[in-house]
Amino acid sequence: MLQSDRRDFLKLTGLAGVAFTAGLFPNQRARAQANDFHFVQFSDTHWGYSGPANPDAEHTLEKAVATVNGLARQPDFIVFTGDLTHTTDDAKQRRERMKRFREIVSALTVKDVRFMPGEHDASLDKGEAYKEFFGATHYTFDHKGVHFIALDNVSDPAAKLGDEQLAWLAADLKQRKTDDRIIVMTHRPLFDLQPSWDWTTADGAKAIELLMPYSNVVVFYGHIHQEHHHMTGHIAHHAANSLIFALPAPGSQSKRAPLAYDAAMPGKGLGTRDVTMTDKVTLVELPVTRS
Amino acid sequence: MHRRTMIALLAGSALGAARLAAETPAEIRISAKKFEFHPNQVTVKAGQPVMLVLTSEDRIHGFKMPDLGVRTDIVPGQETRVALLPTKPGSFTFFCDVFCGGGHEDMDGTLIVEA
Repeated sequence: MLQSDRRDFLKLTGLAGVAFTAGLFPNQRARAQANDFHFVQFSDTHWGYSGPANPDAEHTLEKAVATVNGLARQPDFIVFTGDLTHTTDDAKQRRERMKRFREIVSALTVKDVRFMPGEHDASLDKGEAYKEFFGATHYTFDHKGVHFIALDNVSDPAAKLGDEQLAWLAADLKQRKTDDRIIVMTHRPLFDLQPSWDWTTADGAKAIELLMPYSNVVVFYGHIHQEHHHMTGHIAHHAANSLIFALPAPGSQSKRAPLAYDAAMPGKGLGTRDVTMTDKVTLVELPVTRS
Repeated sequence: MHRRTMIALLAGSALGAARLAAETPAEIRISAKKFEFHPNQVTVKAGQPVMLVLTSEDRIHGFKMPDLGVRTDIVPGQETRVALLPTKPGSFTFFCDVFCGGGHEDMDGTLIVEA
């Protein structure tokens, strides 16, 4: 398994720049331009968080929505890769946070929005409240020739996909050709990014094993509150920035405590991501700029 | 009810297994509750067998120490026993890996193995 930070990854792909463009579908033939599209990834919005790591927590999500609404070219759809809300033991408050979160993101100009849970949303009640507001915790959809698979590795508080979901994944993949373009979206890393910080999925290796026969697979996830790029064989895994606070680089310090808020740069380390799909995948990190 | 989880960290070593069986391990009790372990720092000697006795005061927690290959649930009303024979000096983090609420990410501790 090759571990790589952004710089190493860029070397690996022979590319560099603000936009992160890579031959991420390495065996993909060129597609007709009419099928090109882009989507935006939000992650780890943690609505309801209050603390020194983000004194502007009540407004960051609204600013991110305004930023994405201001994009000159609107995305085909938007995905949220988990931790929509910050956890609470109070089931009523959990639902209030989900309700308010849904109200805020309803201001997105693009109305095709796909959600998935993080452990803060779903681990204390096995996804019960989440399902009331956002529907299924794992599902598939297709868009312009690309097959999307949303996996739930958080409704089990022990961070497992579970045998039932793995069987569902295997059955879905059996219907795919080995060179189909497949995007997997999930909350926690499927690989062992930093086990001592619990940045893993207990049975994520089983999902990766199921995906390995497919030559054009890319994984997008959240949870670690920072941009990060990693390869397991030919499969690229891309973690997204958070919209609440940044966390330190994996293993860079003893604890995974939030990075200190920088009043001079209040949006530092936060943002969303634009993903353009052509015969390549191009990632552009979008800082929160609108108020 | 006693739940016994025996983990010999000299796995593959007949000498280590024999030693673990021959010596009476020092018993170290660690209790868990939201969102802390008590004690959260434990010091042991390298080469001396240890029996961790894990209990929970409130709900199911996890106990994971990846560097030493330890992972178990801690269930209220049960004692979970983990046998260790640490051989390498150092500091090893353990933490709860069953999401338990707002302070879950801070629920951790350190096993210090002295030479």
